[in-house]
Amino acid sequence: MAGKIKIDIERCKGCTLCVTVCPNNVITISEKSNSKGYFPAQSTGPDCTGCTNCAIVCPDCAIEVYRDKAGSDKIDIKSVNPVKKNKVNNLARESK
Amino acid sequence: MCGNEAMAESAIQAGLDAYFGYPITPQNEVTAYMSKRMAEEKRVFIQSESELAAINMVFGAAATGKRTMTSSSSPGISLMQEGISYLAAAELPCVIVNVMRGGPGLGNIAPSQGDYFQSVKGGGHGDYHCIVFGPSGVQEFADIMPLAFDLADKYRIPAIILADGIIGQMMEPVVIPTNSKLTTQNLKLPKKDWALTGADGRKQNIVRSLWLAEGAVEQHNYDLQAKYRQIEKNETRCEQSDVDDADIIIVAYGICARIARRAAQQAREQGIKVGCIRPITLWPFPSEQISKIADKSPIFLVVEMSCGQMVEDVRLAVAGKSPVVFWGRPGGGIPTVEKVLEKIEQLVTRASSPCLHGQDGRATKK
Amino acid sequence: MMQTVFKRTPTLKDCPTHYCPGCGHGIAHRLVSEVIDELGIHGRTIGIAPVGCAVLAYDYFDVDMIEVAHGRAPAVATGMKRTNPDKIVFSYQGDGDLAAIGTAEIIHAAHRAEQLTVVFINNAVFGMTGGQMAPTTMLGQITATTPQGRQADGQGYPLNVSELLAVLPGTIYVERCGLCSPAHIRKAKAALKHAFELQINNAKGLSLVELLSPCPTYWRLSSPDAMLYIQNEMTKVFPLGRLKG
Repeated sequence: MAGKIKIDIERCKGCTLCVTVCPNNVITISEKSNSKGYFPAQSTGPDCTGCTNCAIVCPDCAIEVYRDKAGSDKIDIKSVNPVKKNKVNNLARESK
Repeated sequence: MCGNEAMAESAIQAGLDAYFGYPITPQNEVTAYMSKRMAEEKRVFIQSESELAAINMVFGAAATGKRTMTSSSSPGISLMQEGISYLAAAELPCVIVNVMRGGPGLGNIAPSQGDYFQSVKGGGHGDYHCIVFGPSGVQEFADIMPLAFDLADKYRIPAIILADGIIGQMMEPVVIPTNSKLTTQNLKLPKKDWALTGADGRKQNIVRSLWLAEGAVEQHNYDLQAKYRQIEKNETRCEQSDVDDADIIIVAYGICARIARRAAQQAREQGIKVGCIRPITLWPFPSEQISKIADKSPIFLVVEMSCGQMVEDVRLAVAGKSPVVFWGRPGGGIPTVEKVLEKIEQLVTRASSPCLHGQDGRATKK
Repeated sequence: MMQTVFKRTPTLKDCPTHYCPGCGHGIAHRLVSEVIDELGIHGRTIGIAPVGCAVLAYDYFDVDMIEVAHGRAPAVATGMKRTNPDKIVFSYQGDGDLAAIGTAEIIHAAHRAEQLTVVFINNAVFGMTGGQMAPTTMLGQITATTPQGRQADGQGYPLNVSELLAVLPGTIYVERCGLCSPAHIRKAKAALKHAFELQINNAKGLSLVELLSPCPTYWRLSSPDAMLYIQNEMTKVFPLGRLKG
């Protein structure tokens, strides 16, 4: 993997902003709550590019991001529906 | 010099770093004088946009450990009450001068002592005190400034000077105290390690008055009260004259004290034994001194330029041991020596009935 | 070899915050902290916490901090900066603090060209007290004190404080950004950095950065939808961009 994130499960409040801004859909919401009752985000791993979008948007600074600077790993960006998955980056709003 | 300017110069000599104020009669001499002199000394002067802003500028400068003050008159001091409560709660030293005028409301620009309650009993919200001084002439108005700054620093408390329009505006010969550095050294003022100076190489300092944890504000109040007991023990100041054999004792502060003293002297010439008590600190109030004198059961005549405010503290101190009578003039009226002497004479002829005006001794008319 | 490309900056204390999930304060606090650390001014910065949701900001910013009365921050900042010109003084205020009770103080601090940096968090609502109407509340927005939605007739229009301040000669830099996407947040950080740099360089005037900030709780929106609301609706009334400087 080119990138990796570490999410502080106890610090995360489950706001899901990181889920929506990840270009590779790496992040999901855990089904197990933390000690405060929030359902924290979790990384599904291998497709992370270390872009830091998630960390930048996180209101609780709960994410650390690492990147393989050597560039030896191939970066594989999966094709996704930009309207559905990248809601926050897309300025065109779906009408109600 | 006029009182307002003498006070201002004395503050500058006492090491004033910053003055923030807004124009209001009868203390406009202060803002004008400060604007000139502070610029000469290359110190900070700001004419603020309101009294609300001025007291908050004081809050900021005080929080960084600087010597700072503001001045105003009654309606402007009302605006400052929020800031004074915050200053007292955050335990920040500063000096606030109130050159009192007729009130309530916009009132008039004549002298008054109608803000005693406001400064001594609170004014702002919560259980707090400020040290309150009542100077009675231009020299004392000047002398009190280095003391006010030093005590404010020593105890981390705001100091309020209750002057009035007469003391502010009248001209008297005065010697400006310039030995403030000496005073500071003698008092061994504590270091301001709580001040906001930038957390370079140390833990952050926080100046605050909000504590949400259970019991925290309650404890803070107990800590403040302990400090106030210390101040009461150490810093009460009062002047008395001719009290030992007196049948009538006039209690008055500020300009009223001078009028009272004159009336007392004239009464003595007529063979009436009159003495005077002049509180210099209105908080802490010289309750012990007054209580001791009350043991001899003289009649206390309290004279104020108000409807009767300090009289309540005299009544509390006397605790029923002696009659306490009030005479005063509110709303800018100035008691004259003749009128005070007349009241003394009435007390002598009607010694059996202690109250001059109604059951509780309150002024009802001139 | 994995290298860290993002981690918490030292001035942002490593502790949980009391802010709601998705609240913009968390993002703004981090940006300001990063700017302070990147500019190397931690040791001489003094911050002012407002009355509002961010009243406990001194628990999060590890610099000398002061908590002041509602709206009075620019006056307190003036007192601090004038007596300590070598210190970097910033105020951090919400829309109730700056645009309601504190309008006189911010206008006059700007008018006097006080050398201050003001971080203005605009989330169109009074959060701390339960979601009441703020001067910046949008027309039609339902709040605790506008149950039918804000009407211009009787409640007035949303207040554009940045535009008002940009007119004054004493303001030297005014920019409005949105905390509403990673790209916008990066731009907001650049604006904040510029506002602090101006003070470091002794520029003669006041800098203000307005940050449109999500309040999912009182907007009754999910966190992602709150950010979309900023992008699509709030920017119509509060346009993003550099207004001065």
